[in-house]
Amino acid sequence: MSVNRRQFLKRAGALTALGLGGSFVLTGIRGKIADAASQTPSYQKQKQGLVAKHWAMVVDMSKFKTEEDIERVIQSCDTIHNIPDFGNKKDEIKWIWKDDFEHTFTESKNEYLTENFKELPFMIMCNHCENPPCVKACPTGATFKRADDGIVMMDYHRCIGCRFCMGACPFGARSFNYRDPKPHIKTINPDFPTRTIGVVEKCTFCVERLEKGLKPACVEASKGGLIFGDLDDTNSEVRKIISSKFTIRRKSELGTQPSVYYLVGGEESV
Amino acid sequence: MHKGGRIIASLIIFVGLFTIPFFYNMGKANAGPEIDAQQLANFQSIEPSINMVANHPQLFNQWRNQFVQNGQTVYVNSEGKSIDISLEKLAGDSSNQFCVSCHNYTAVKPTCWDCHSGPEGARK
Amino acid sequence: MFEKALTGSKRYWAWIFFLLAVIALGVMAYLRQFNEGLGLTGMSRDVSWGLYIAQFTFLVGVAASAVMLVTPYYLHDFKRFGKLVILGEFLAIAAVIMCILFIFVDVGQPMRILNVLLYPQLHSVMFYDMCVLAGYLVINLVVGWTTLGAEKKGTPPPKWVKPIIYLSIPWAFSIHTVTAFLYAGLPGRFFWMTAIMAARFLASAFAAGPALLILLALLVRKLSKFDPDPGIGAIQSLVKIIRYAMIANVFFYICEVFTAFYSNSPDEMAPFKYVFFGLDGHTSLVPFMWTAAVLAIVGIALLIFPTRENKVLLPIALLSIFLANWIDKGIVLIIAGFVPNSFERVTEYFPSGNEISIVVGIYAIGALIITVLYKIAISVREQNQI
Ligand code: SF4
Ligand code: SF4
Ligand code: SF4
Repeated sequence: MSVNRRQFLKRAGALTALGLGGSFVLTGIRGKIADAASQTPSYQKQKQGLVAKHWAMVVDMSKFKTEEDIERVIQSCDTIHNIPDFGNKKDEIKWIWKDDFEHTFTESKNEYLTENFKELPFMIMCNHCENPPCVKACPTGATFKRADDGIVMMDYHRCIGCRFCMGACPFGARSFNYRDPKPHIKTINPDFPTRTIGVVEKCTFCVERLEKGLKPACVEASKGGLIFGDLDDTNSEVRKIISSKFTIRRKSELGTQPSVYYLVGGEESV
Repeated sequence: MHKGGRIIASLIIFVGLFTIPFFYNMGKANAGPEIDAQQLANFQSIEPSINMVANHPQLFNQWRNQFVQNGQTVYVNSEGKSIDISLEKLAGDSSNQFCVSCHNYTAVKPTCWDCHSGPEGARK
Repeated sequence: MFEKALTGSKRYWAWIFFLLAVIALGVMAYLRQFNEGLGLTGMSRDVSWGLYIAQFTFLVGVAASAVMLVTPYYLHDFKRFGKLVILGEFLAIAAVIMCILFIFVDVGQPMRILNVLLYPQLHSVMFYDMCVLAGYLVINLVVGWTTLGAEKKGTPPPKWVKPIIYLSIPWAFSIHTVTAFLYAGLPGRFFWMTAIMAARFLASAFAAGPALLILLALLVRKLSKFDPDPGIGAIQSLVKIIRYAMIANVFFYICEVFTAFYSNSPDEMAPFKYVFFGLDGHTSLVPFMWTAAVLAIVGIALLIFPTRENKVLLPIALLSIFLANWIDKGIVLIIAGFVPNSFERVTEYFPSGNEISIVVGIYAIGALIITVLYKIAISVREQNQI
């Protein structure tokens, strides 16, 4: 059965049918619902979601031995998050990648390091800084820190693409969609949105997985190389490692308080 | 007077131009979009207390902000029913033409499917 | 008053149509960018701001520099600037409009640009920058238009504009200070994170802006019957301001170089090395920076010695100073802020042809605004002179 034009108009309201169903039809939707409804609508979190006060990540360098260990981790993020591959460095988009010691920890390099150490591959992603300069810079609130768990999130709907956040982030964690990403994604994962031209993106600590009760994809793929947990919980694994072992963070002298810690030389277990 | 005449003439031309589409469509039967009544009823039941067809853009904007900004991904409607906020789930599988046919009919082009996967033919 | 812009000589119209043609090319280039994205520019993941934001930064300075005429004239009753002031205010209007256009063409999602006002973020310097720029545009439109209108009628400007004129003085300082804060507050961008950035910005602005203004005034004198400086020494007074501002600017720059190199801090030194000598074999900015350095010194020298009175050498000196500042702020400053990048690697930036067309198009829009506004001002003056 199909709806005829009169029924449709009645339901749509004449304005919407004319294509004018803009914001002036209803600005105070809340008030309107509350008037008509038996119960005020509300919003909730998913019940099975993982929660924390301060999500943090430990990168255990001892677990990244082979090229395969690294590729697997990067691939896991790239495929589920629809990361495009433009085939050039200029337009490149990446959420997690690797670099060597002297470029990751620019302030700590020294010329006497052995080749072995120099070539250690460090996994790099957004640090979800406690004190994020990208958030401070963003003029629209499209980059913001979640009050309850400290994740630095992106709202791609709101981003105007001014790239102030890219200038502000001292870690090079952010990428901009210089071109339409869709034609450059190998296979699109339909469960996760792609991004559109002209917005900035970065690692989000997999908020879409956390709310389903899953750990981040890279953590799952790392076979213990990436450890994820609540830094505010004294019993969590990340907290135990960070408080009892020697870990380093990128550019900690800038005061942004990164939440990604690197455990170097942590062979023995906690 | 001369000036006045010219103004009136240009006004008539102006009005004429702008009403061409109206005259063009006059007398043509307007069939309305091909929409399944059951689907429309389901759509309306998302939030029975408002006119969903007219107001869903505002409601969905609110959903989006709650989802992205506050991590609140479940909507409890005025009848106490919980609904997962998800454009993908809402729009159904790719063959489902509910959103597309109505948007096409009203010549509305939402940008949702620029990024979210959605029904066939929704992307520009 | 606007009707005055609609009558003019053949030469006037030829110039207008030339500008319109350049603008049309710019608009076409922009449409291409609008459809295909900022990938059409030379900007990259590492150098995420380029010519657009650099021009914006430079032009905020030009806009602010009107204050160098307004302050002496209105605050200290320095009558000599009487005929120049309106040219300064109109230059500021054109400059602010260009600034806004440069921001507009730089953002990736221009249709959403109002989000800055819909979701104002009080911790973002960019929000304040937008506010002060818009305010400055309104102030100058109101002041310029009413004072000129009063002059046309032969009456003194209405009383209510006086407070607005006074307001424009701190406001002019604020637009360039806030623009400097965009850069000076970013951790990890060592070329920008310096306490004297705002002071440097103001000094270079007060050199480049008035230099451009005098050049325009000389043109006006040549092309029309209206003389903005009929032997009253207005231009030479302004030259003094330019000279001191430029010396201050160079001094501040030397302070920066000293701090970086004497402290031997690698992060501080790297961008300076990049712009003067090249880094890791990347030298694209080196010729520009040395040209700017030479021009700055030539310009200052010509303005210190009596050569500043010379009809031929004065424009050369002013042009040198203008270009030196334009290279420093309109090219080098923004790009070198991203070199080396967060990983101490060097990615160079080369603007694309499309990008340059857009830049030229926006400058043509600015030139068109200046032409029209100056035409109006000149017509009013010529009329009153008769
Ligand atoms: S790493 Fe960069 S993008 Fe991530 S939170 Fe810190 S400053 Fe922001
Ligand atoms: S590019 Fe987007 S996220 Fe970054 S500062 Fe601008 S609006 Fe915010
Ligand atoms: S946490 Fe998630 S988004 Fe971030 S790098 Fe890992 S997989 Fe990618």
